[in-house]
Amino acid sequence: MSNIAKAFDHGKAFIPFVTCGDPSLDVTEEIVYAMVEAGADLIELGIPFSDPTAEGPVIQGANIRALAGGVTTDKVFDLVRKLRKKVTIPMVFMTYANVVFSYGSERFISTCKEIGIDGLILPDIPYEEKDEFDGICKQYGLDLISLIAPTSHERISMIANDANGFVYCVSSLGVTGTRTKITTDIGAMVDLVKKAKDIPCAVGFGISTPEQAKQMAEKADGVIVGSAIVKLCAQYGKDCVPYVRDYVKSMKDAIRDI
Amino acid sequence: MSKGRFGVHGGQYIPETLMNAMLELEEAYKKYKDDPEFNRELTEMLNEYAGRPSRLYYAERMTKDLGGAKIYLKREDLNHTGAHKINNVIGQMLLAKRMGKTRVIAETGAGQHGVATATVAAMMGMECEIYMGEEDTIRQALNVYRMRLLGAKVHPVKTGTATLKDAVSEAFREWTSRIDDTHYVLGSVMGPYPFPEIVRDFQAVIGKEIKAQLMEKEGRLPDVVMACVGGGSNAIGAFYDFIPDESVRLIGCEAAGRGVDTFETAATIATGKLGIFHGMKSYFCQDEFGQIAPVYSISAGLDYPGIGPEHAYLHDIGRAEYVAITDDEAVDAFEYLSRIEGIIPAIESAHAVAYAMKLAPTMDKDKIIVINISGRGDKDVAAIARYRGEDLHE
Repeated sequence: MSNIAKAFDHGKAFIPFVTCGDPSLDVTEEIVYAMVEAGADLIELGIPFSDPTAEGPVIQGANIRALAGGVTTDKVFDLVRKLRKKVTIPMVFMTYANVVFSYGSERFISTCKEIGIDGLILPDIPYEEKDEFDGICKQYGLDLISLIAPTSHERISMIANDANGFVYCVSSLGVTGTRTKITTDIGAMVDLVKKAKDIPCAVGFGISTPEQAKQMAEKADGVIVGSAIVKLCAQYGKDCVPYVRDYVKSMKDAIRDI
Repeated sequence: MSKGRFGVHGGQYIPETLMNAMLELEEAYKKYKDDPEFNRELTEMLNEYAGRPSRLYYAERMTKDLGGAKIYLKREDLNHTGAHKINNVIGQMLLAKRMGKTRVIAETGAGQHGVATATVAAMMGMECEIYMGEEDTIRQALNVYRMRLLGAKVHPVKTGTATLKDAVSEAFREWTSRIDDTHYVLGSVMGPYPFPEIVRDFQAVIGKEIKAQLMEKEGRLPDVVMACVGGGSNAIGAFYDFIPDESVRLIGCEAAGRGVDTFETAATIATGKLGIFHGMKSYFCQDEFGQIAPVYSISAGLDYPGIGPEHAYLHDIGRAEYVAITDDEAVDAFEYLSRIEGIIPAIESAHAVAYAMKLAPTMDKDKIIVINISGRGDKDVAAIARYRGEDLHE
């Protein structure tokens, strides 16, 4: 069992996302400590990419700001080395295939292992292309997280069967970003996963309020929130840490005892 | 290795949300590509609506002036809407209709693919939205108005470099949010499988016609077939039928922008490296950490940091050659062809003309070069005037 399973040991898991280097890597470090303190169960660290095709305007903006500030893959690795001195909960990277591939997939994944990253989320790697990365991930004991979408239908059992760590359930059509309403039948998606494999399911895309988190957590094992946090980073810049801490706490509190 | 590979290139690197749409498209294409009724309708539209076959014109004055190989121009600029793009659009739209789609979206660089898509959408009564980099909406203002005139909605894309790559990203984003009734008419031989194959097959008519027309005029194969390459759809269309004919040199002309030794270039084969982007593995202009480079070319249609996977493969195996042509050379060629043959080529196509101007004089007079004139240059006139320091109000 990978380290990621521990994230689902404390009630419903709250999984916050942050783009590394927005507004700066030093602030990202403080944000992560604050999120852990506020009850986060797993941290999703975004390595910025120039052209993030699965992201809405909020996270796109964070990627561009981080890159403009000089963030590189190596600098993100250094950040994780620092974080791992204090942070014990699981951490995964969320980035795009080219960031991993251009670094040398094995060099990237072995470095992840060395610095204490537990898994990888690559939104532009569907089931059909995953072997290229999954083989190396398995070799180094990382989980390549599988995603399912509202359009996946009959693909869900095939994907779930091969999934490791947790299954990332994409709540809505479209790209990342907050939504006022989520119309997908998340319960049905989760049921299809569980029928195929006993693996935790976390729901992401579009969730921003404690009420939404609660709704999702009633049907799944965890809730992933990105854009709502990145918005706080954009709004408050280097002063964002207490705002993120309060927000994460409110979200975890909303789902802890479901 | 997954489906749709050309050597190591190609594949389907897209979000899970789009995978079923890809499978549906693949299934539809397999079902209809050899269907007699589909092909009858396709041929009829290509001939009656788009004006095919396009002419293969002997450029006599250019040939004499350059003093070497005999030069033929494949006149894709004479197609309805003024470029080769309509070949693919008609094919994909007929496919979309059969798949029950009522709305199409497309990216566009120079605007030619957007205009072709808006045109066929108007003709077929489909809803149409076009994504175009904001920078390009300025460079190609005339085409923006043409698309609107044809009833399409044009979305200027402000992200990134606000050019073709950002338009492609935005069209993919839009597609993930609305798939059921919408087909994405991808305009080049790029993106995830099955697009590189579908677009190539619909553009292959160019090379088939060149072969038949030259056989009729000269009784033989050409020695060189050349075309400009951004994503590479007109080039693969011109090359494809000649790939098994090993005596025929295939030359793709990339946009070097201000030069391949500068950062202001879009020459992917010359300066890129293997990567994964926009659904495919291929060569991309990128930095050491895999961040896609902000490329540049005077030509909005070639201003793209990648190249179609089949071109990447043809390069790897040495079957096709790729050369880089600078802005200056392309503009000279634009003016040259206008004056010597009375044909104003698209600035994209002028990149191929520019290389022919270098190559033809080095070849014997009994050799034959075919240049694919992928589009007409009316859209570029104002930009070229500006390049020459003349402020022309459109």
